Amino acid sequence: MTIVNDPPEKSAMTPENRQAFASPRAAALAGLRDAFGVPMLVLGASYVGFGSLVHGAGLDVWLGLFSTFTGWALPGQIVAIELYSLGGSLVLVAAAVAMTNARLLPMTVSLMPYLRARGTPAWRYYLFSHYVAVTAWAAGMRICPTLQPEHRLPYFAGFGTTLWSMCLVTTALGFYLAGLLPGFVTLGLVFLNPIYFMLVFVADARHRGRILALMVGALLGPPLHLVSPDWGLLITGVLAGSIAFAADLALPRKTREGRDA
Amino acid sequence: MLEQELAGGPWWPYVLMTVGALATYFWRALGVALSGRIDAGSRLFEWVACVAYAMLAGLISRMILLPNGPLAETATADRVAGAAIALAIFFLTRRNVGLGVAAGAGALVLITLGRTLF
Repeated sequence: MTIVNDPPEKSAMTPENRQAFASPRAAALAGLRDAFGVPMLVLGASYVGFGSLVHGAGLDVWLGLFSTFTGWALPGQIVAIELYSLGGSLVLVAAAVAMTNARLLPMTVSLMPYLRARGTPAWRYYLFSHYVAVTAWAAGMRICPTLQPEHRLPYFAGFGTTLWSMCLVTTALGFYLAGLLPGFVTLGLVFLNPIYFMLVFVADARHRGRILALMVGALLGPPLHLVSPDWGLLITGVLAGSIAFAADLALPRKTREGRDA
Repeated sequence: MLEQELAGGPWWPYVLMTVGALATYFWRALGVALSGRIDAGSRLFEWVACVAYAMLAGLISRMILLPNGPLAETATADRVAGAAIALAIFFLTRRNVGLGVAAGAGALVLITLGRTLF
């Protein structure tokens, strides 16, 4: 079962021991199932926090659900609610959410080649790109390259569907639990998210360039945020990513196995 | 102006959320469109992947070290301790993400509760 954690054989997966599914449908069901468990619980817990934020802003539960349904990517949703409370204008909300979610561009660009298969209509890529958010993306980057091309998009779509559905449920849950949870429980729920992402990336790290990018990014992120809360994250990505990329090119290529693993 | 008529009305929050959703989806759609022109084996592709991983790592370490919201009221040392405990449990349990996350978040809650008691 993949309920409690990612099994070691999966994280050690190489092209030689590809996970074989009988059909795209089987791959989609496996994706649905694999997200069930820790990924779903952690992301769900984060959306409990979002639901209570919506409640706190004096908005109704439908607005929270609308936001999770249409604008699924937590940091941007939080910014939109906060700006609503502060009386922000349309232009301000558009700009602030776009800045906050700019990471989705390099994430989508780097995931897409692992999802493409011959004969898939383009609209499906545009539809399921809605699921590009850290949790599903990290799973897609790890699992999809190990699958047959025609099973990749279905797997990712299944994985994202579980997460997205759960987030809708817990947005409502958080809305109705707002004010009922003691402060220390909320604290734990909010802390789950960064800790989970940290462990997911530690568990996934394989390509040398990407490991370096994670390390340099983690080092530069906080100081650059202090320099510029608005641009810090973008600068971190481009600067730390380029340093890691250049270092990977410059270092001797002895451990470049698993390029497509 | 349409915006002035809508602002403050019952649909105003929905208008704002729709604009936020479009600003979010814009990046995803642009990513799909651009990715069609990038070869998966190319250096450009690997650079973009490095930028994505660096951005996410920067975001995560910022969330732990310089958090917004309720976490901002906890001590930095406690959050770093929670993250370290999560990593330790993760490796001690043969890379079990669920146990690591539970241990890290549980540790922060207990340490914070402990500080209010003493």
